[in-house]
Amino acid sequence: MKRFYITPGEAAGIVAAQSIGEPGTQMTMRTFHYAGVAEQVPTGLPRLMELVDVKKVPKKPLVEIHFKKEYAKSKKKVEELMKKIEAVHLGDIGKAVENLEKRRILIKLNEKVLKSLDLTIDDVLKGIKTTGKKSKKKQYIIIKFDTDDLKKLRRHYIKIKDTLVRGVKGITNAVIVEENGEYYIKAKGHNIADIVKLKEVDATRVFTNSIKDIEALFGVEAARSALLREIKQVLYMQKLYVDIRHIMLLADAMTFRGKVMNIGRHGLAGHKASVLARAAFEETVKHLTIAAAKGEVDLLRGVSENIIVGKTVPIGTGRILLEFTPPKEE
Amino acid sequence: MVLHYNPTEFEVKRIKFSVFSPEMIRSLSKTKITVPDTYDDDGYPIEGGLMDQRLGVIDPGLKCKTCGGDSKHCPGHFGHVDLVRPVIHPHFAKDIYKVLNNVCHECGAYVGSRKKCPECGAKKEKVVWEKPVTFYVGEKELLPTEIMEILEKVKDADMEKLGYDPMYSRPEWFVLTALLVPPVRMRPSITLESGEKSEDDLTHKLVEIIRVNEKLEANINAGAPQLIIEDLWKLLQYHVITYFDNETANIPPARHRSGRPLKTIAQRLKGKEGRFRYNLSGKRVNFSARTVISPDPMISIDEVGVPKAIAEVLTVPVPVTEWNKREIIEYIERDEYPRVLYVIRPDGRHIKVTPTSRESILENIGVGWIAERQLKDGDLVLFNRQPSLHRISMMGHLVKVLPGKTFRINPTVTPPYNADFDGDEMNLHAIQTEEARVEAYELTKVDKQILSPRHGKALIKPNEDHITGLYLLTRDDAKLDAQEAARLLYLAGITELPKPDIDKKYYSGKLIFSLLLPPNINVKVEGKMSKRVVIKDSKLVEGVLDEKVVDHAILEQVFMKHGPDITRNFLNNITKVGLEYMTTHGFSVSLKDYMVSEKARVKIEKILDDMDKEIEKLINGYKNKTLQKSPGMTLKQTVETTIMMITSKTRDASGAIIRESFGKHNPSIVMASIGARGSILNAIQMSAIVGQQAIRNKRPHRGYYKRTLPFFEPGDLRGRARGFVYGHFSHGLEVDEFFHHAMAGRDSIVNKGIRTARSGYMQRRLINALQDFVVVDDYTVRDAKDRIVQFVYGGDKRDPMFSAVEEYIELPKEDDVDTATR
Repeated sequence: MKRFYITPGEAAGIVAAQSIGEPGTQMTMRTFHYAGVAEQVPTGLPRLMELVDVKKVPKKPLVEIHFKKEYAKSKKKVEELMKKIEAVHLGDIGKAVENLEKRRILIKLNEKVLKSLDLTIDDVLKGIKTTGKKSKKKQYIIIKFDTDDLKKLRRHYIKIKDTLVRGVKGITNAVIVEENGEYYIKAKGHNIADIVKLKEVDATRVFTNSIKDIEALFGVEAARSALLREIKQVLYMQKLYVDIRHIMLLADAMTFRGKVMNIGRHGLAGHKASVLARAAFEETVKHLTIAAAKGEVDLLRGVSENIIVGKTVPIGTGRILLEFTPPKEE
Repeated sequence: MVLHYNPTEFEVKRIKFSVFSPEMIRSLSKTKITVPDTYDDDGYPIEGGLMDQRLGVIDPGLKCKTCGGDSKHCPGHFGHVDLVRPVIHPHFAKDIYKVLNNVCHECGAYVGSRKKCPECGAKKEKVVWEKPVTFYVGEKELLPTEIMEILEKVKDADMEKLGYDPMYSRPEWFVLTALLVPPVRMRPSITLESGEKSEDDLTHKLVEIIRVNEKLEANINAGAPQLIIEDLWKLLQYHVITYFDNETANIPPARHRSGRPLKTIAQRLKGKEGRFRYNLSGKRVNFSARTVISPDPMISIDEVGVPKAIAEVLTVPVPVTEWNKREIIEYIERDEYPRVLYVIRPDGRHIKVTPTSRESILENIGVGWIAERQLKDGDLVLFNRQPSLHRISMMGHLVKVLPGKTFRINPTVTPPYNADFDGDEMNLHAIQTEEARVEAYELTKVDKQILSPRHGKALIKPNEDHITGLYLLTRDDAKLDAQEAARLLYLAGITELPKPDIDKKYYSGKLIFSLLLPPNINVKVEGKMSKRVVIKDSKLVEGVLDEKVVDHAILEQVFMKHGPDITRNFLNNITKVGLEYMTTHGFSVSLKDYMVSEKARVKIEKILDDMDKEIEKLINGYKNKTLQKSPGMTLKQTVETTIMMITSKTRDASGAIIRESFGKHNPSIVMASIGARGSILNAIQMSAIVGQQAIRNKRPHRGYYKRTLPFFEPGDLRGRARGFVYGHFSHGLEVDEFFHHAMAGRDSIVNKGIRTARSGYMQRRLINALQDFVVVDDYTVRDAKDRIVQFVYGGDKRDPMFSAVEEYIELPKEDDVDTATR
């Protein structure tokens, strides 16, 4: 029924922005405890701002990793996989000490921790990638170097200290979650690029709350969906209902240029066609001088610039002209 | 050159931005400014000075020496200063830097990233830029004269590579040899009460520029040592920098005698109080009024009560036509309130209607004249409350002139404005054109905004006492005699009594409510107070009304089926009838209603005891480290979160006891259950436990050494020591509880302040980012460059305001989602 269609000319953008922004005042700043994985995940206003600002990495990055059918049903298999995924650094299982005199690095491993993680000294030995000569002795690993350059030795030491013994870089605090008879992993981190490389992982259902990572791996369309999902979740969690069409428009606005753009001065608002609109928003002088140097032309086709020059804005009834045909006189 | 132009004859189509060349500056200039002074001792503008009358006049009575216009017509004219030595325009320093690093310093050819000049083979020079305007090649400083020489050599053909349009901006123009002096209009002097003249900041700055320029010239001509000349040159550069921007980094701001930094050009434009945001994006308006608001439930939701004092001042222009001429003449002839204040002749002259002018006006008035009539009942006005967070913060209301000095609105329309009556003020705008009036009527009128554009649910709806009234009215035991029924129905404009439905003598409340319903309303939902609420063919046959039933089931359905007019009347009727019924039957709370029975008190004490024990156990577990850590948390965090859980569980448990003790008919419980006002929590806090106080969502823990207040043992982690309030409001709080409660109260106020500031900025950015997106005729969403943002608005073209429509109206299937266009 046409009656319930949006009216052509409707300032859909402004209505969407108001619909999402207005409940902001009612939003709490509470953080949310994300079972086991991360202590406090921002929700509400801070999270919404994080989303529209498209932070490179969210304050508390999280991943959800689902597995292919043959693994997902069994808790045991998923537990196995979790070990494969969760990052274990050398620092977690032992202590590395450098001995500059003897040109060697000594690593003392904690056997208890090793056992709890199902690792052997050989596994660790294999994990350490270095040019030095590796050898083991009880719970010790000794790496010898035949260089006299202490600076180099120090560099080796720093590198070895942060060695990733097992798992995917940056993925920590993993927990197993059961849902509809399926087991999957929730964890801290956002390195989905490396996660999808694992053959057991169902790459179609890898998710992270880091929009930038989704864009980098899956592209803008996926980023749009992620934005939509995340913004909706933030609002609905606090029972602030906003029609999905408004959120869609925001997500589309942030992605229609082919890459994810934030809404601030370095994103959508800063890339507007109109000089006046940009100058009226932020960094007034900068935009005016750049426009002068480049010889820019303002075509006055947006809202702000027409308000500035005192014309009718090209939105709603401002887009149409009225015509009146007076009745003919007899 | 058009000097006396009428701006309405022209339309700004586009604006080109460019940089003035020195030639352009000199040709634009009406006079060369040479004297670093303004007025002579007699207070007369010095010729060749900064107030030269060729720059335009602002004093009424004087004539401009350039265009001959008086202060009303002369737009002002530019002058200029010839700088003896060139200086760098600070805002273009970055551009200069870029050009210098991309062109050959010998021949001006474009070099780009190459090491040698492709034309003359000279080595490419690496230029270092020291902010704001100093440039070095190696150790040697490039003087502005040298920079200009290099920039002048750049060929027009290479400009595109550099990103400039040589017609409008050449790099050497970024170095100033002539400075444009703005018209006096832009920097008016003010005469103080003492008769002393005080100059504008810009004038002060220009005086200094000219003074230094003069001194520099004298020194050059006198053959002064290079060192002195360079110092003066630097000084000139400093003054020019601060003239453009007095907040340049690494440059001390130029100050007024009083020590206040000068407001120069950049400061005038920038920021919230700058020209752009303060004067250009937001404009002041006439025909507006502002006063305190107060409630009046008896006026319609689409009305606004306007004090007579305001209605007498605001006017509405009424064009005189053949059809209304007689009516207007009557208004002109009147001496009292609804009368015409001014008339506008066809030539645009305003004439005040006074006893003396009246006769001649009446003699001449005819078609083509406009009468400015005082605001009267039925005029449409725009009504607004700040902050205008969404479009429904401004709606069209019909004027109703009332005695008193406040604007009156129906409390039912407060939610969209987020208004209350604790001293809020609102703004009113009298509409001035027919076009605007039609738009305001069709688009902004209150009854068309009943549904929120945010989610399609009712925003203007009965609340608080309306709900209570309707609940009381529709209860099964509501029995009205003929007199009362007639009184209620009369409020809704129904003057005929139906047949009594109880004992052939009495009327049920349900019957009364049914009579208010428009036709064709059917509801069958679960109610908060009754299992089922059934409305069949606009007759309430079963159940009692509550908040959810009224707005989500009935009101939205009425709007979808019958539209704004009927919904508005329906709303007016049910709120008035609800309030009347409640007023006559009485509904109130007293201290007695919050007294807890002895049995319940014991129970509450018991659960508090249990809580204490549980917390004690937990703390012991923590102290001897037998407690199991929760995943991802430290032991301390585990204790804290568990305690928080226990305390909130305790308060909830007391809720059940309160509910049981108070019974169904306790007014506080009734209001909470039907969604009229408050929640069970309020009852709990007043009569059982106030509960855990929190600071930043955690139990308070700071203040004194290992404790919050000096009464406690250091390290005490038990409830009381960490902000649990065992008392209740009707009894009063203990001292420590009072402090904890005050701490939590302060925390929530601080939080609220931060939140509003943050969300305001986010809202501004959101609107700025999305404001140009508009749905066009083919239902695509486009931006200001006509680029497509969405191929089909919302995926289905549907207006979010009517997104809930299928719940109430069956739509033809194929129209649901437009798959063809997707």
